[in-house]
Amino acid sequence: MPTTDTPLGLTPGFADPVLGAQGCFRALLDAMAGPGRPQRIAGLALPPPPLSAASAAALLTLADADTPVWTDAGAVAEAWLRFHAGCPLVADPAEAVFLLVTGTPPRLATLAQGSEEEPHRSATLLVQVAGLQEGFGWHLTGPGIEHAHRLRVEGLQADFTTQWAANRAGFPRGVDVVLCAGEWLAALPRTTRIEEG
Amino acid sequence: MSAEAGYNFGYLDENTKRMIRRALLKAVAVPGHQVPFGSREMPLPYGWGTGGIQVTASVIGPDDTLKVIDQGADDTTNAVSIRRFFARVAGVATTERTGEATVIQTRHRIPETPLREGQILVYQVPMPEPLFRLEPRVAETKRMHALADYGLMHVKLYEDIARHGHVAISYNYPVMVADRYLMSPSPIPAFDNPKLHRMPALQLFGAGREKRIYAVPPYTDVRSLDFEDHPFRPVRADAPCALCGSRESYLDEVVTDDRGGRMFVCSDTDYCNTRQAAATQEAAE
Repeated sequence: MPTTDTPLGLTPGFADPVLGAQGCFRALLDAMAGPGRPQRIAGLALPPPPLSAASAAALLTLADADTPVWTDAGAVAEAWLRFHAGCPLVADPAEAVFLLVTGTPPRLATLAQGSEEEPHRSATLLVQVAGLQEGFGWHLTGPGIEHAHRLRVEGLQADFTTQWAANRAGFPRGVDVVLCAGEWLAALPRTTRIEEG
Repeated sequence: MSAEAGYNFGYLDENTKRMIRRALLKAVAVPGHQVPFGSREMPLPYGWGTGGIQVTASVIGPDDTLKVIDQGADDTTNAVSIRRFFARVAGVATTERTGEATVIQTRHRIPETPLREGQILVYQVPMPEPLFRLEPRVAETKRMHALADYGLMHVKLYEDIARHGHVAISYNYPVMVADRYLMSPSPIPAFDNPKLHRMPALQLFGAGREKRIYAVPPYTDVRSLDFEDHPFRPVRADAPCALCGSRESYLDEVVTDDRGGRMFVCSDTDYCNTRQAAATQEAAE
């Protein structure tokens, strides 16, 4: 358990809210522009359990009162998000702009996909996984990748790649995924093709 | 260099940056698709790069080195004032060297020096909709993008060929991004279009007045529209640069007197200066 040094029992957000968010956003932008390449997130020392430093920082960077969030992370994390990000928490995954998943993610097809005219109105799914390893595992190709990136993801449900293929088939509609492990995150924009390695 | 007191880092407030950052991530995820955003009033008028400035302000950090060009030149009014703006409100280092910059904001050119992975090129875009001269209704162009129905643009190119014998578009030449979205590359010369294709740098486009953001991730296919029997041909003035002698760079025609005198010089000042300095050094050795 992290230390609870505030009256509310909350752990702090970014040590520097402005530059912390900027650094985290650049890591997210690099991750989206280079699918499957893990990026390190710094600036958030004490994420609320059970959130990892990367997933908590990513939501703190992107979520606010305009973005409904769905999470299965429990009361401590919810209180932390409400206080630091000020985001509304929703019960239905289909209504969420951001989803932060610590267990088994909801099926991609049940999340907001955007429309053919407005594919940007789709959900971004943040999934906490056990580990991210570059250079092994999946073969990733698509925009942002020169030849192929390789990424091994530990602790993701078995049928994710099947769901992902269906998600890709709906392009330009679809969900974008950010995989988080500890201080690291890697993104899978909807354009990325995954082949099992 | 430190940022001026009284401003948030990068001028914009954090809520605005967050909104633009969300739009940027979706823009990268759907290459070439125009994402609407809540464009803010900036301390300079629309048409002076407010879209590019808002994108740069949302992306830039204290460790970045910023280069700003206007038609390839680092020393024109727009470029100098935007560079000074970010030196003041973000305290970032600025440079005129393409190779040293991490973020490059540009109006109407792509630098001659090839960009590398990790660099970000931010375009100022006056009109993000490539179809607007052919179809003025936004609701209609949105539907055409949804259906990837770009026949109208092909008809326009065909009519150009029928009338003039070639496609009569010398700048803002429409491109297809990742075989899906028709995109305006901003008013860069058609000469620069091949540089968009599989560029290692991330390309972000901001249109302030039209309130749209779009992006091309690194190593993404970007094809200039053409026909098999009329392939795309970038045009360049048939002359060497009068200052550095380059036969590869894009040239500006400069009128030198009122008796028809003219010269061609590189539009990219950094490229031209670097070549001139190298030639001087070579001559001295």
